[in-house]
Amino acid sequence: MSLHLEIVTPEKKIFSDTVENVYLPGADGEMGILPSHAGLVTALQPGELRYLHQGKIVTLAIGSGFAEISQTKAVVLTDMALGEAEIDENATEEAIKRAEEKLQTIDHSMDAEEVAYLQGVIAKQSAALRFKRKYQH
Amino acid sequence: MANLRDIRRRIKSVKNTAQITRAMQLVAAAKMKKAQDQAMAGRDYSSQLNAVLSDISANFSDEVSHPLLQTREGNRELVLVISTDKGLCGPLNTNLAKKLRADTSDTADYVTVGRKLRIMLEKLGKKILADYSVKDPVPFADARAIAALLTKQFTEGNYDKVSIVYTRFVNTLTQVPEVKQLLPVLPPTQSDETGLIDGDSADSLFEPSVDEVLASILPLYVNFQVYQALLESRATEHSARMVAMKAATDNAKKFIKELTLEYNKVRQGAITAELLEITTAMKAME
Repeated sequence: MSLHLEIVTPEKKIFSDTVENVYLPGADGEMGILPSHAGLVTALQPGELRYLHQGKIVTLAIGSGFAEISQTKAVVLTDMALGEAEIDENATEEAIKRAEEKLQTIDHSMDAEEVAYLQGVIAKQSAALRFKRKYQH
Repeated sequence: MANLRDIRRRIKSVKNTAQITRAMQLVAAAKMKKAQDQAMAGRDYSSQLNAVLSDISANFSDEVSHPLLQTREGNRELVLVISTDKGLCGPLNTNLAKKLRADTSDTADYVTVGRKLRIMLEKLGKKILADYSVKDPVPFADARAIAALLTKQFTEGNYDKVSIVYTRFVNTLTQVPEVKQLLPVLPPTQSDETGLIDGDSADSLFEPSVDEVLASILPLYVNFQVYQALLESRATEHSARMVAMKAATDNAKKFIKELTLEYNKVRQGAITAELLEITTAMKAME
């Protein structure tokens, strides 16, 4: 039994191959997926995704999204998936600052969707930043 | 017979036109590559999203409801029309307009992206709720803003149905105008998309719960449908423009060739006539 993992973002397909296992940041906490897992659809929160591919553990920072898991296949849909090298610490900090500033200026009662979006951006970028600091050499 | 100077002037003007169309062709070709890549990349995500949604829809029974799934009686329709800002892109907008007339209701109101069809709709005296201009390359934030407006109009009950009219990208030479229903969301059926889970998907687990998964996936789905439609339209615009401009450049080149031939004939004729005059004059002097 094998597990085929696909990681897709709106910009491109990040990864598509057979893996031994995968760990996802689910909405209710981290979950580990092995081959023959029961069918599952879960929301993902921004955090860290790990998978074991050809004997090597690969880690990525991912944004919010979904994962659909069947017995032989795991599909991860997310708005961001970056490796350690791809994250620019300064740029990420800038993005968080910008989003926070914007969050201050808009009217929270009027524009609920915009607020939710900005909070999403902050959560996503913060996850990327934590990830970068954790794995930085 | 046309005189030499006229022909020279025409050759020059056709050459100028050819230069412009050639420049436009090159610009469109460069943009086309980028837009096509973006549209193709987006398809992966959107087809996976469709697959997930169709698997979920196989699971949800009647008790699961969400405002975006609600089918209502009545036929007040809101149509998002995605055309181009600029012309010179072949029959793209004309075909889109034909499709629009054929497949959407006459009493519909409109939200427009792109100047060309907005002007047409204004002339027809249709009600245009909003008009957006979308940057190139398409930013996701623009799609989000448009989707937010459409969703709001639908959930507030102003309209019973929201559709998108856009041009789907097939390849550089082929573009197909298409009408797609956006709201209420019609969960894609298994046959359209390759479902991930086969057969016994009814046993899937949902985390945190079906309702919550649905509540976050549906708005994303709507946003993404709009985004993908914008990307495809943009890719077709640049492709169509490149093809149209290539045809124009080729025509101009052909025209220049014909005119040059004509010019040389006239010139030769003039020289012959002049020689003849000189020789006759010489003969007369002898």
